[in-house]
Amino acid sequence: MGTHLPSTEFDGTAVDDQREADAEAVMGEPAAQMVQLLGPDGKLGADPVFSDYADKLTPEHLRGLYADMAAIRRFDVEATALQRQGQLALWVPLTGQEAAQIGSGRASQPQDYIFPTYREHGVALTRNVDLAELLRQFRGVSNGGWNPRDTNFHLYTLVLAAQTLHAVGYAMGIQRDQKFAAAANGAGKQPDAAVIAYFGDGASSEGDVHESMVFASSYKAPVVFFCQNNHWAISVPTNVQTRVPLSNRAKGYGFPGIRVDGNDVIAVHAVTEWALEHARQGKGPVLIEAFTYRVGAHTTADDPTKYRQSAEEDAWRAKDPLARLEKYLRAEGLADDTFFAKVKADGDELAAYVRRTAHDIENPDIRQAFAKVYKEAHPLVAEELAWFEEYSAGFAGEEESAGHAAKAGH
Amino acid sequence: MTLNKFNLPDVGEGLTEAEIVSWKVKPGDAVAINDVICEIETAKSIVELPSPFAGTVNELLVPEGVTVDVGTAIISVSDEVSGDPTPADVRAPQAPVAADVPVAPDVPAQPLYGKLSRDAADEALADGAAAATSNAPLVGSGPKADAVKRRPRKTSPATAVTANAPEVEPVQPRTPAAVSANPAAVVDNRPTIGGTITGLVNRVLAKPPVRKIARDLGIDLADVVATGSRGEVTREDLVSYQAQRDAELDKADGFWGKVGKPQDQRVERIPVKGVRKATAKAMVESAFAAPHVSIFVDVDASRTMEFVKRLKASRDFEGIKVSPLLILAKAVIWAAARNPSVNAAWVDNEGSDTAEIHVKHYMNLGIAAATPRGLMVPNIKNAQDLSLKELALALNNLAVTARAGKTQPAEMQGGTLTITNIGALGIDTGTPIINPGEVAIVAFGTIKQKPWVLDGEVIPRWITTLGGSFDHRVVDGDLSARFMADVAAILEEPALLLD
Repeated sequence: MGTHLPSTEFDGTAVDDQREADAEAVMGEPAAQMVQLLGPDGKLGADPVFSDYADKLTPEHLRGLYADMAAIRRFDVEATALQRQGQLALWVPLTGQEAAQIGSGRASQPQDYIFPTYREHGVALTRNVDLAELLRQFRGVSNGGWNPRDTNFHLYTLVLAAQTLHAVGYAMGIQRDQKFAAAANGAGKQPDAAVIAYFGDGASSEGDVHESMVFASSYKAPVVFFCQNNHWAISVPTNVQTRVPLSNRAKGYGFPGIRVDGNDVIAVHAVTEWALEHARQGKGPVLIEAFTYRVGAHTTADDPTKYRQSAEEDAWRAKDPLARLEKYLRAEGLADDTFFAKVKADGDELAAYVRRTAHDIENPDIRQAFAKVYKEAHPLVAEELAWFEEYSAGFAGEEESAGHAAKAGH
Repeated sequence: MTLNKFNLPDVGEGLTEAEIVSWKVKPGDAVAINDVICEIETAKSIVELPSPFAGTVNELLVPEGVTVDVGTAIISVSDEVSGDPTPADVRAPQAPVAADVPVAPDVPAQPLYGKLSRDAADEALADGAAAATSNAPLVGSGPKADAVKRRPRKTSPATAVTANAPEVEPVQPRTPAAVSANPAAVVDNRPTIGGTITGLVNRVLAKPPVRKIARDLGIDLADVVATGSRGEVTREDLVSYQAQRDAELDKADGFWGKVGKPQDQRVERIPVKGVRKATAKAMVESAFAAPHVSIFVDVDASRTMEFVKRLKASRDFEGIKVSPLLILAKAVIWAAARNPSVNAAWVDNEGSDTAEIHVKHYMNLGIAAATPRGLMVPNIKNAQDLSLKELALALNNLAVTARAGKTQPAEMQGGTLTITNIGALGIDTGTPIINPGEVAIVAFGTIKQKPWVLDGEVIPRWITTLGGSFDHRVVDGDLSARFMADVAAILEEPALLLD
């Protein structure tokens, strides 16, 4: 038997200049400076720039951030269970990334426009997307599930990093709308808006991210690149993706890059609020690297025990975003058992609602597919629909034949 | 009472089957929604399945250790709950919160987290029971494979149960990992939930490409010393393990495997293909089609050894490898000319009961060679026309080409007579099997010093044994004997070649 082995994409990673890997030799101890306000011990620290933003958060806000994070975590558990019960084709769990998503989502304004990946369930919650609607795509009965115009929360994008281009294009559109309004002496002027493009450490290696950052920088587009570095691109660790902190890459494009503790909801909120203001004021894009961790699997079709050790997961659980905020709220006397019991009850109620709704989701009528090809009636589509109706009607006079076909066709 | 059946879902993307590793419930147990009922292993991972129903377990429909197709009903749950009439949509109450807190029901409806449209909620509540019975899982993504059944997975003997066994032992001895996997964990709200998505069994860490290589090489990752930065098995670990394993194989120490390993796991299965398959086919054909007769003769090859020694020293043969095989080859060619029937083929006439013997008035001398690709028998075309030196060169080229594994098919076709040099491996003699299409083969045994009686005295001489197998349809005993005697005569006195 020969010893010839095929080469893999991991060849040559064991070289000396592996700075980021060295820094993360103990995962989660970044060498790069990282903005952190609320530590894992539940103590609130200070930052020369971002403490001012954190101070704006009232106790009511903080309780709200906690309730959001708890709700989305409970939702995540329920959706995972629904997948295991055969009700969803796939689920993409977010557990561990609640602070990064809730903190950034809550920092956005209604007029801002959000481009998510496929894991931003927490951001969806902050944008008032009906979470039960969110399941439609994962059940395979819809290409979207909600109307992005209602919430300024774009449809999930499954093609890695493609949404960063869409986001920069949208941001450049906002710029042009503003110029147009200014030329018309403020007629039809909208409140200043910015765009957030979410992506992950894995997607950061895609060419789309490079192109979008080049354009965003050149045109000073009002866009915030929000990278959740959750340390694992399926089975590929971050230190294989990059040899420098991802936030450092912004320098190369000529705009600010900030690494923030992605498990610190207060810091994430503060940094994102700052970045959105920066963008809305026409100062150009910002890259935020939220340093966090995907505690669960990449998707329900993934098994992380095959490529990482539970000790690493445990180390990150010790930095849990909910636990540290609970410590802080209790220590400061801002929330009591009644509050946490109510949060839990709300979570269970949300889960029950999602479960009911998921069971009730109807398979769509295939005619919907014809109706949505073009905005206006189109002769070719009409011809194809007519052919389909004729074909369906050809089945032994069954009244329901079209319905059957519709079910099979989705 | 309604019986709800839970069909095995596709928990990955496009999986078609899974094995029930262990049941976490038994008939009669009360289950709530999302209680873990069993652990299954798919081609991708081990996962826990949460119950979609609340009620009482009626029957486990698939025993542990059995692999079933996606869509197969695995458990039935009756909706009767003894004592606890929890609605299907609410999970069994837990009490991590202090009991004296007036909890949920009386608190105003508005949740603390972001707003949600609640319009449909109450309506949907009424459908709760109906929803719970709509149990057909959406087994969506992957195309349901045809009736193709994959080989069932190996199961440990302890859990080998017939597929139709009506009931399973409710309390199976569980693996330590299964015991430590607290079933409550999945319905626990503590921030550890993410981990329960995946199997809780601790296994060897390795990236998927490394796993694939290990699988291809037949290496059990658990046997490999891991040096990765996170304790994972790396590609380099595999390479060094493989090198070590090869070395061990050489030593043959590891050949018998670990002590106590069952014998049925100690059988190495090697697919028969390529050269091995061709060799096997040719040998069976030859052995069963041609009635073999084998004869042997001991020869004093001392003069051959001297002759070889002189040739090596001669300027004419400088740089050319000379061995006793060269003399034997020349001897075989010489002897064949004197006994032409050994250089022939038996040819059955198509469609009739008649046959012909084709005597070849040329010698395509085959040399059996062990090559990296297996046994090859390339031949030297028109060997009868070659001088001793040319024959030496031809033998060299043939050996070099064969050892490099570069022998071309044409070089192996059209052979008329074959020599197999088993002496090179230190063997005295053997009964070779005739190369198909020929009628004779000569086995050249090892040449070593032995006591030999010469003129009434025992003296050490260089002795070898020649073996020959002949197709008795063509070559009778006396002819084969004369041919072998001629070959032996040359080895005893190479000067006869000058004849």
